[in-house]
Amino acid sequence: MRASGAWLILLAAFATSASAQEAAAPEPAGLEAPAQDTTVPETPALDAPDIETAEPQPLTTQAELLPERIEIGLSTETIAITSDFAGADLTIFGAVDNVDPLIQRQSRYDVFVVLEGPHANLVTRRKARVLGVWANVDSQGFIDVPESFLIASTRPPQDVTDSDNLARLSLNVSQMRLRPMSDGMIDVDEIDEFSRELRRLKQEGGLYQEFPTGVRFISQSLFRATLRLPANVPLGRHFAKAYLFRQGVLVAQTQAPLEIKKAGAEFQIYKAAQDQSLLYGLAAVLLAFVVGWLGRVIFRRD
Amino acid sequence: MALYLPIAEMSVNIFVLLGMGAAVGFLSGMFGVGGGFLITPLLIFYNIPPAVAVATGANQVVASSVSGVLSHFKRGTVDVKLGVVLLIGGIGGSSIGVWIFSLLRSLGQLDLIVSVLYVVFLGTVGGLMMVESVRAIARSRGGGTVSLRRPGAHNWVHKLPFKMRFKASKLYVSVIPVLGLGLMIGILSAIMGVGGGFIMVPAMIYLLKVPTNVVIGTSLFQIIFVSAYTTVVQAMTNHSVDVILALLLMLGSVIGAQYGAKAGQRLRGEQLRALLAALVLLVALRLGYALFVVPDEIYSIARGLAL
Repeated sequence: MRASGAWLILLAAFATSASAQEAAAPEPAGLEAPAQDTTVPETPALDAPDIETAEPQPLTTQAELLPERIEIGLSTETIAITSDFAGADLTIFGAVDNVDPLIQRQSRYDVFVVLEGPHANLVTRRKARVLGVWANVDSQGFIDVPESFLIASTRPPQDVTDSDNLARLSLNVSQMRLRPMSDGMIDVDEIDEFSRELRRLKQEGGLYQEFPTGVRFISQSLFRATLRLPANVPLGRHFAKAYLFRQGVLVAQTQAPLEIKKAGAEFQIYKAAQDQSLLYGLAAVLLAFVVGWLGRVIFRRD
Repeated sequence: MALYLPIAEMSVNIFVLLGMGAAVGFLSGMFGVGGGFLITPLLIFYNIPPAVAVATGANQVVASSVSGVLSHFKRGTVDVKLGVVLLIGGIGGSSIGVWIFSLLRSLGQLDLIVSVLYVVFLGTVGGLMMVESVRAIARSRGGGTVSLRRPGAHNWVHKLPFKMRFKASKLYVSVIPVLGLGLMIGILSAIMGVGGGFIMVPAMIYLLKVPTNVVIGTSLFQIIFVSAYTTVVQAMTNHSVDVILALLLMLGSVIGAQYGAKAGQRLRGEQLRALLAALVLLVALRLGYALFVVPDEIYSIARGLAL
């Protein structure tokens, strides 16, 4: 019915320029002050404690004096999806700078690429029988939950680093942090169950997905991440985030915003219903009057 | 042919919806009812979110009522004054109804309450109609002439104060029950997405003793405005009116109503009522069954926070 194999490619502006640089100078050793000012926003300070604490590596070449950096580039800041959008593969390119060739050869670099959707407060409800009727009885609210969470990595997350790191950085769906809304009474088992069910429902709907081999190095420093955008991908501001691990230790991370919008007349209607609700309602009523009157005029029966 | 509904946020088949509108329009033309009480459950069966089904149902009712009221105006069978008093109550009721609707939605109980209300109202009205029409059929088979029960001249309603004269209906009655009736229908209109004709008409006949010839026109007249008001308020508070969906239903129902009216002229009144009663009961049973059957998924996620 609908094309489902469409590819959305976000070609990294940086990736292309970086590969050009490398073609000219394959060894990054000469780059004392690399001109890497891309449009990618700087990593927020609160998320980057590990860059400093990364254990020092034995010096073999001069290049290793420079810490690794990871960059992703989005050729566009907005994706417009049409109303018949049935999901698509999204490819994100990125590059790692100052790669230690020895570690790279041993495949000891790992990259995670996350596309995290806009956040919202969500509530999970559970039905139970009340007087024979199935009704929503128990519920648990969660604050500031990503509406979508797509994560690709070079290897299955548990093979990359330990469980603590994964949980701290929310790098797999099962350990994603969910902040329960507390109303004084905290029942840990219940919260566990509700958050597990929230993740399960999101996963079944394709909104939370893991792609354990979705990131591939296509050269020593360039990588490509492929994620599957579900048909019901939430609209709004997403963040593409990339994390670089060296031998299981986080050494660099970055993020870039990505706006997902709907294109076309249907989205204009949706927007009008949200932003111009009074006019929208009046227009709906006017439409009904016109159709009712026309029906009367065309099919006059008395 | 697939079409994306911007507010319901789902793809639907155009012909299914046009057909649904036409079928309901056919029935509403045949039986002289608005059809809102059939449209909303059908939309819910088609997996349209109940919140959207209810709000859009109200919008569709406006079109079918406009279509219907024009011929009543031509025949002079609309009591505008009575309609306006009902309407005042109706607008108050609709405001309350939309508020209850939003509250239920945030509590996560909207779908359940909508279904329960449908089961209760459709079950009661369908059951009463069925009993009445089966009796009428039995009586006509027995050879006697079918005569509608002549309601008594006065009841408790006529003892209330604040009386008002309604010339077109040859009625001198307190405004309290009129406003109250309008209020109740307004609440139902907002929560159930119906015009409320199926309750309004019998209530006007048996409670207010309005002459039968002006009942339908007057009821349609006030339903137009209460539904229009409900549509606007739903659009403003819940953003759940889907105009594309409404347009498809309106087109289908306006066309279907023409054929339904012709078909209705060939059937006898009591047979017609028995058929409608059977249909109403069927919808009630189907909705009622869904309440009791074990759901496939007992967990659900919604936006907002639990209260």
